[in-house]
Amino acid sequence: MTEPALLSVENVSVDLPTPRGNLRAVDQVDLKIGAGRTLGIVGESGCGKTMLSRAILQLLPKKAKLSGRVMFDGHDLVRLDPERLRKLRGRSLAVVFQDPMTSLNPVLTIGTQLIETLQEHLELDSVVAKRRSVELLAAVGIPAPEQRLMQYPHQLSGGMRQRVAIAIALSCEPKLLIADEPTTALDVTIQAQILDLLAREQRRRHMAMILITHDLGVVAGRTDDVAVMYAGRVVERAPTPVLFKKMHMPYTEALLAAIPKIDAAPHTPLPAISGRPPDPTRPIQGCSFSPRCRYAAGRCYREKPLLTASESLDHQYACFHPIQVTAGVCE
Amino acid sequence: MMQETQQSQRDPLLKVENLVVEYAVGGKTVHAVSGVSLQVARGETLGLVGESGCGKSTLGRAVLQLRRAVSGRVLFDGQDLTAMQGDALRRMRRRVQLIFQDPIASLNPRRRIGEIIAEPLVISGVKDPERRQQLVCEVLSAVGLDPSLVIGRLPHEFSGGQCQRICIARALVLNPEFIICDEPVSALDVSIRAQILNLLEDMKGRFGLTLLFIAHDLAVVKAVSDRVAVMYLGRLCEVGPSEQLFARPAHPYTALLIEAIPVPDPDVRPAESVPVGEPPSPIAPPSGCRFRTRCPRADQRCIDEVPELRAVAPDQYAACHHPLIAAG
Repeated sequence: MTEPALLSVENVSVDLPTPRGNLRAVDQVDLKIGAGRTLGIVGESGCGKTMLSRAILQLLPKKAKLSGRVMFDGHDLVRLDPERLRKLRGRSLAVVFQDPMTSLNPVLTIGTQLIETLQEHLELDSVVAKRRSVELLAAVGIPAPEQRLMQYPHQLSGGMRQRVAIAIALSCEPKLLIADEPTTALDVTIQAQILDLLAREQRRRHMAMILITHDLGVVAGRTDDVAVMYAGRVVERAPTPVLFKKMHMPYTEALLAAIPKIDAAPHTPLPAISGRPPDPTRPIQGCSFSPRCRYAAGRCYREKPLLTASESLDHQYACFHPIQVTAGVCE
Repeated sequence: MMQETQQSQRDPLLKVENLVVEYAVGGKTVHAVSGVSLQVARGETLGLVGESGCGKSTLGRAVLQLRRAVSGRVLFDGQDLTAMQGDALRRMRRRVQLIFQDPIASLNPRRRIGEIIAEPLVISGVKDPERRQQLVCEVLSAVGLDPSLVIGRLPHEFSGGQCQRICIARALVLNPEFIICDEPVSALDVSIRAQILNLLEDMKGRFGLTLLFIAHDLAVVKAVSDRVAVMYLGRLCEVGPSEQLFARPAHPYTALLIEAIPVPDPDVRPAESVPVGEPPSPIAPPSGCRFRTRCPRADQRCIDEVPELRAVAPDQYAACHHPLIAAG
């Protein structure tokens, strides 16, 4: 990677104090994303993917402790003063959450919320801002945008609300959009439409995007790179086609195998992953996946494997017994 | 054709006939289920799919008479549940159990697991505590939990997947014949989902169950179902054997649903331009075919005339004026 990254997450850890002790939600994560690229972050609930996105956005809970560095477009977000950070968020760093109601204000009309964003960040006058709002709503596929400006969020369906949230996120032409499970609350046919919309706008605006999801199917056709997270760590990272075809991490393999396939015959038993993810307040010595891994052996239970590069630098994995690698290649 | 029809109707354990369920909401009527007929043969799993608001959960509840139908009949083992009340209905309900989507919310947080699973036994009159204990232990072992470690604990001490195992154990303890699973895995993570689906398949074989499996995820439904029924806005669009239905859908809505599933393979480009639009409100459903407002094949006939369920292939029926595959 020679081009400077738009976002670089350097050795970021997030610790949360809980009544049961310290919870390490994110554990020494390194990630980079270049301008105009899409990165998928995949993992099950509790793997730290949402906490990582909150760490990037500097929207962590007050009690959370963050260490490491988050560099975005030449700014160190962790050390940036709150006022400049606020200007940056919303302007060049935007976010879409799973539940659009968390980002929309229920007592303000759609129009007020859109126009306010445009006036605040782009300093447009109200006439221009209103015109832009109508254009934005039309761009995200909302019928009769002028009338919608006068409506409140509760008057729209879930899919329409998510479109409005996307319109607001896109309104200031961000350089990076973080979409955290943007379609999980929506029905399949609506999900496909929203994912298409995000992909189209991402290409058109040459915007970088981080797509956070638990669904490998969602990232497969729509991202350049994928990072798989497990128990707070990135356990495999690769260009999307490489990850699906030449995965090295047993967890990635198991996760993919556990998804019911639409072309499989009915009543085919699924290769389930036994057990469940570890309790994050009780860290495991050795590889976090070792208790559930069918390849685990001696060293896996004692030592934590670090993220290391495979044949190509852009494919990294954290495993002592990677699959599809001939013996001897890894020490 | 007639012969095949007879085939799929052999020994139906559950038969739903022209069921209509409506709710009153703020002076308006929600047409949740509008004339649905289907049947489930003994030992079969019927998958019921559709998007939120299509009436699939309401249908499940109406089968159990948790929601009374406006009209239509629900025949279980030949007896009409809609005509039953009180004790007779309670006795029938022992034979039909329900598993819900949110396993944690469906367990009483203040009761211990042992009590939760024993409760159906208490209600159904198993008076001997030792006998109850024994049945509880058997059923917990069957779902893969260690009774000695589980019985004395509270629901919050368990993960979502384990709670779903507990819910399945509770459903099994009365030794029912029929289980309605309403989105049993959609609240669970991928790695846990596979465990629970395998467990349900296992239990079905072991206890000789018949299942109505309600879900929005087609891949999940296909994994466990012999036949699949697709619902849209209160009506049945299509019914057919799983593999056949997925390979050759006849109803444009079934095709749209199949197309919209994200495939975990980077070589499969996601199909672009899924018809824009969202399901209309079930308060004022469109005339004629309810899918017509989103259907690329809709014409005047679809506005004027409600399509009836017709055979399009052996055992496969679709309610469409312009099916993607034609009969014969």
